[in-house]
Amino acid sequence: MTSPEPLRRVALVLGLALASLTLAGAVSAKAADAGGAEHAIERQDWSFAGFTGLYDRAQLQRGFQVYQQVCSACHSLSRVRFRNLAEPGGPEFPEEAVKALAASWPYAIHGEMDDEGNEVERVPGLADPIVGPFKNERQARSAYNGALPLDLSLITKARTVESHAPWYSHWFWMLADIVSGYQEAGADYLYALLNGYEEPPAGLQMNEGMYYNVAFPGHQIAMPPPLSPDMVVEYQPDAGAKSTFQQNAKDVTAFLAWAADPSLDARKELGWFVMLYLLITTVLLYLVKKLIWSRIKH
Amino acid sequence: MNHESTYEPKSGFGKWLDARLPVGRMMHTQFVDFPTPRNLNYLWTFGGILTFFLMAQIVTGIVLAMHYQPSATEAFDSIERIRRDVNYGWLIRNLHAVGASMFFLAAYIHIFRGLYYGSYKAPREILWIIGVLIFVCMMATAFMGYSLPWGQMSFWAVTVITNLFSSLDSVVEGLGTNIVQWLWGGYSVSGVTLNRFFSLHYLLPFVIAGLVGLHLWALHVVGQNSPTGLDVKTKSDSVPMHPFATSKDAVGMFAFLLLFAWFVFYLPDYLGHADNYIPADPLVTPPHIVPEWYFLPYYAILRAIPSKLFGVIAMFASIGVLLFVPWLDTARVRSTKYRPMYRWFFWLFAFTCLALGYLGSKPAEGAYVLWARIFTAYYFAHFLIVMPIVGWLETPKKVPGSITEAVLGPDKAKNAQASAN
Repeated sequence: MTSPEPLRRVALVLGLALASLTLAGAVSAKAADAGGAEHAIERQDWSFAGFTGLYDRAQLQRGFQVYQQVCSACHSLSRVRFRNLAEPGGPEFPEEAVKALAASWPYAIHGEMDDEGNEVERVPGLADPIVGPFKNERQARSAYNGALPLDLSLITKARTVESHAPWYSHWFWMLADIVSGYQEAGADYLYALLNGYEEPPAGLQMNEGMYYNVAFPGHQIAMPPPLSPDMVVEYQPDAGAKSTFQQNAKDVTAFLAWAADPSLDARKELGWFVMLYLLITTVLLYLVKKLIWSRIKH
Repeated sequence: MNHESTYEPKSGFGKWLDARLPVGRMMHTQFVDFPTPRNLNYLWTFGGILTFFLMAQIVTGIVLAMHYQPSATEAFDSIERIRRDVNYGWLIRNLHAVGASMFFLAAYIHIFRGLYYGSYKAPREILWIIGVLIFVCMMATAFMGYSLPWGQMSFWAVTVITNLFSSLDSVVEGLGTNIVQWLWGGYSVSGVTLNRFFSLHYLLPFVIAGLVGLHLWALHVVGQNSPTGLDVKTKSDSVPMHPFATSKDAVGMFAFLLLFAWFVFYLPDYLGHADNYIPADPLVTPPHIVPEWYFLPYYAILRAIPSKLFGVIAMFASIGVLLFVPWLDTARVRSTKYRPMYRWFFWLFAFTCLALGYLGSKPAEGAYVLWARIFTAYYFAHFLIVMPIVGWLETPKKVPGSITEAVLGPDKAKNAQASAN
């Protein structure tokens, strides 16, 4: 085999990859709603999207505020510890502020014992999880007619958007997502859910205590609309964004995306060094290989 | 493969050791002087890539096992602690999870390379069969590894797949149920099942390593196949493994690592399932239970057959049939390069595998089932009908007399062979 042939093939593959990269940017927003009867979940423009995106500190801070003032009334965030809120890559609140926050958290740490073996409750500290109002699942379910307010630590990783692309273009969208580094389906879903509350269509028999939501599978959700345009969360003047219903939804989604994937910033930053190292080494090795093989015809 | 060894220990210790345990001589003979065909393309670098991934999986797996808790109540939380609290735990875990997918991707390329160039044909039957056994062990290891995070998809994949054995109840009453309970260690999938899967998941990679040793041994007895399907016959057909094949292997490996790193750093969860970020719940069944991408074609075959028992048989047969490929292929030449008719069927088969993969990811309903049946039929027809009949019908193109002739052309080849010998 002569060398130009594999070279041409490599060039072809690179060309295809480049073409899909260009296309991916242009059409990725439409990928989710390519056909299918399900409610289309639009792709949002997240600061942490794609292979270059990182979290927006100010947004994570605002998002935490929304979580604290709205979601935490029912939902715990128990895989996140208070100290994480001060760590690099997250909202990066000052440590003193987080200490004060933990000390004033409305819910206590349960299940520990004092020296006499009596069960005690105590105020959370930096090393403790962000607990919710309930001691356990049964207590939570009994408070909500059997519905469980989920722990939100992994919610954006535990949800996704099913592709409805038809078979002939399925591979293309898949390739486009791989090349563009799309991993934000969970955040897109959550944002659509928070925005998805509507009046049920005429003729639809709603179950008791359920709310109609276009984004939710089956459209009947036990959670009442958590955010509403009439009652936005008040942001500080220097929070970096004006508080609107949409902005609240977006910020809390970004915050929960961080809660589910706290190493994203570190991961993507380290990734560039690794990719660069591998790329340079591949090129150097290729040149070495070329030199060695130039000794013979092959 | 018989060839001269240029190994000559220089140091006193080297000479001393060579007289007692000639491991240096063996390595030098097998991995430095070893004659490799001079016309190998980049598809031949995947053997080395696979060896690398086996070692990488073992190393990252050992580190993960230091932090992982194989119990129904602790497993999910311990993985989250690895992701969040262990220093660079997120990296080790991504390397291991994505590494499994890359291992399979490389294995599939390696297998299809073997199928295209006829690398299973005599005298490489044993080499090929050991390869199939490695593949089966890889599948078992990956399946059990996927159960370890004890998320919803882990739990339900284990439930569905172990339950397949209950189909044996229709052959011998109670046989299947007993096997399933024996596998589970109880009357349902539980922490006991998880514990034994962890044990086996740790054991099997070393079985694979042993089989890889045999695979390499068999390879070094018969020598490598080449894109022309010709063996190394004369000295001018080959180049020493080092630095020729090794330099090319290094390029292939690093290029593949680029793809690996892309997924590890930018798409670590792309190849997994969102449902596996929900802790296992025996009371809630996920809407679509699907295996990892590398099992999708077999899953499609399983569901394509209306009878559960025959679905299971077909699924196992789809791997088992590979064992007979050396004897099902009746062609006189090895490489598909010289097989104008078979070439079309080869690419149809490759398309069939991709189509089955797509269908395996879709719910088993409507047109998906029909197409899964059509492609399942071709999957087996390819091995059982096309391979024997096309090989017999087809007139192959003229194959060059030797690797040297394929590379240099007939005239120069004569000179080269004369001077080399």
